[in-house]
Amino acid sequence: MTTPAASAWSRAAAALRRSARLQLLAFAAVLVAAQLLTRAGGKEFLLTQLTMAGYYTLVVLGLSLLMGHAGQISIGHAGFFAIGGYASAFLTTLDLSASRRLPVVALLERLHLLVARKDLYGGEALGVEPWAAFLVAVGLTALVAVAIGVPVLRLKGHYLAMATLAFGTIVGSVVVGTQRLGAADGISGVPPFEVLPGLRVMGGAAGRVANYYVAWGLVALAMLLLLNLIRSRTGRALRALHGAEEAAAAMGVDVARLKLQVFVLSAMIAGVAGAFLTHFNGGIGPSEASILKSVRYVAIVAVGGMGSLWGTLATSAVLSFLSLRGTFGSHDDAVFGVILVAVMLLAPDGILSADLRALWRRIAPAPRSREETPR
Amino acid sequence: MTAGAPLLEVSRVSKRFGGVQAVREVSFRVERGTVKGLIGPNGAGKTTLFNLVSGHLAPDAGEIRLRGKAIQGRPPHRIAALGLSRTFQSIKLFGHMTALENVMVGRHVRSRAGMVAGMLRLPATRREERAIEGRALEALDMLGAGHLAHKEAGSLSYGQQRAVEMARALAAEPELLLLDEPAAGLNIRETAELTAQIGRIRDRGMTVLVVEHDMSLVMGVSDEVAVLSYGEKIADADPPSVQRNPDVVRVYLGEETC
Repeated sequence: MTTPAASAWSRAAAALRRSARLQLLAFAAVLVAAQLLTRAGGKEFLLTQLTMAGYYTLVVLGLSLLMGHAGQISIGHAGFFAIGGYASAFLTTLDLSASRRLPVVALLERLHLLVARKDLYGGEALGVEPWAAFLVAVGLTALVAVAIGVPVLRLKGHYLAMATLAFGTIVGSVVVGTQRLGAADGISGVPPFEVLPGLRVMGGAAGRVANYYVAWGLVALAMLLLLNLIRSRTGRALRALHGAEEAAAAMGVDVARLKLQVFVLSAMIAGVAGAFLTHFNGGIGPSEASILKSVRYVAIVAVGGMGSLWGTLATSAVLSFLSLRGTFGSHDDAVFGVILVAVMLLAPDGILSADLRALWRRIAPAPRSREETPR
Repeated sequence: MTAGAPLLEVSRVSKRFGGVQAVREVSFRVERGTVKGLIGPNGAGKTTLFNLVSGHLAPDAGEIRLRGKAIQGRPPHRIAALGLSRTFQSIKLFGHMTALENVMVGRHVRSRAGMVAGMLRLPATRREERAIEGRALEALDMLGAGHLAHKEAGSLSYGQQRAVEMARALAAEPELLLLDEPAAGLNIRETAELTAQIGRIRDRGMTVLVVEHDMSLVMGVSDEVAVLSYGEKIADADPPSVQRNPDVVRVYLGEETC
C-alpha cells in the first residue's frame, strides 16, 4: 500500500529523470542549501575548498563527455588545465611598463588590453587585462588541443591513452623546467579577474560567497550546455560513434572531425577551469600540471560512471572537496590511484552504474507493498 | 548530369586482400528507380564489393561513380552525404540508444545543427530536432516498428533490429539504398514481409542494391540480378535470364546438372 506522499515522490523522481531543466533547478537548490548550511554552521571558510572543488569538477565534466559519451580517453587533461592556468598567470603578471615606448605596447594600453596594477613590492606593473588574458589562454588551450588531437585521435584504446599521457608529461616537465613560468615555484601574485563589474574571481574572505557561486555557476552552465549537447544531433552522433563507428560513418557522421571537436571542447573546458582557479588562488604551481592530477580526473570520471554527467559531478564534488580538506592526508594521490584500479576491476561502468544499483536492491530490498502497486 | 546516366556505375573494380583476389575487374550499373540484386556463393566477393561502393574499403583499381561523381576511395561519410545509405550484414545498431535515436542518427546527412548550436539549443535547432524526430518516427512506422521507438536497440529481437536498421537507412532518404543480406536470420514470414517492403521502397522512387543469399527474395524483388563467383561477374540480366544462365546454374548447383 502506498501513501499519496510516496506516489507524489515517485512522480517527482520520474519528472526529474526526464527533464534537464528540473535537474538544473534541483542542482541550484542544492548549491544554495550548501552555502546556507556553511553560514548557519559558522563554517563559511569551507566555501574556499568548495569553490576549488567546483573548478576541478568543471575539468572532470569535460573529460566525462570525452570518455563516457565519445569513448575516447585522455590521461593528459591536467596539461590542458595547466595551459589555461599558466597562460592566464603569465600574461596577467607580465610587466611591460619598461616597454611603454613601443608603439604596440602603447596601443594595447590605449585599448585597455594592458592595465597597470601594483606588483608584489608595491611598484607599478603593466600586465595583460585578465579578460584578454583569459581569452588568449582558452584560445591557446584550444590550439594545442587541435595540434595534439589531429595526430593522436587516430589512435585507439591503449595507444590513445599512452599518447595523451605523454602529452601531459611533456606539459608537466616544460612547466617545471621553464624559469619564465616560475619553474618549481610556479607563478604567484596573479591579480583578481573582474568577470563582471564588481564581481572578482580572487581569494580572501571578502569574496568567498560570490566566488563560490561563480565557480558552481560555471559548473551549472557547463552542465546545461553539455546536457543540451548530448541530446542534440551532434550528441547522438557522438554516442553513435562510441557504439559502432563504422555504422556512424555510414550514416554520414564525420568520425574524425567529431572526435576532434569533442576533444577540443573538453580541453577548452579544462583551460577555462585552469584560468579561473589560478585567479582564485592568486597563482599556479607545477603540481597542477602533474600526471597524477590527470590520473585523478580519470579516476573521478570512472567512479562517477562513464556517460553519467550528474554522477560524475556528484563524485567530483565529494572527492575533490575531501581531498582539498586534507582528508586523505599524504596518501592523497595514492587514494585516487587505488580508486581507479578498484573501479576498473570491480565496476568498469562506474560505481553508480545499473549493476551496483541492482546489488544495492539485493542488500536493501524495497518493501513488498511497493512491488504490488500498479503503475 | 545526363538523364540517361545510371545512378551507380561500377567500372572494372578490383580489390585484393593479401593473396586473395576478392573482387576482379567487376563492372555493373544500377539504373535509377530499380532494384538490383547481387548474388553469388559464399566468398564470391559480394560484401567486399558493397564495402567498396559505400567507402568502407578503397578499391585497388577501377572507378565507381554515384550520380556521375567518382567516389572510389572517398570516406563513407562523404559518400553518405551524396545520397547513399546502407545496412550491414551483421546488424550494426547503436545498442545503448533507443530505436528512435538510432533512426534519428539516420537523419544526420539531412540535418545540419553543429556542436555549438546543439549546446545552445537555439529555436532553429529545436525546430530541426522536431523535424528529425518526425521523420524518424515515420521511417519506423513504415517498417512496422513504430511501437519500438523508445526501446533500447540492444534489447530488441533480431528481426526487430533488422527493421530498425532498415528504418535508420531509410530515414536518410537516400537515392541509393544498399541492403547487405537483409533476409539473413529471418524466417519465411519475415522474409515475405521484407520482400514487400523492398517493393514499397522502390515505389517511393528509391533505388536499391541488395546483396542476398535468399534466392526467392532476390528473384522476387529485383529488376536485374548480377551474379558473382570467385570475385568475378559471371552474369548480369533480368531474373528469368539469370536463372536460365548455364554458368549460374553450374556455380550454384554443380557441374553435372547443366
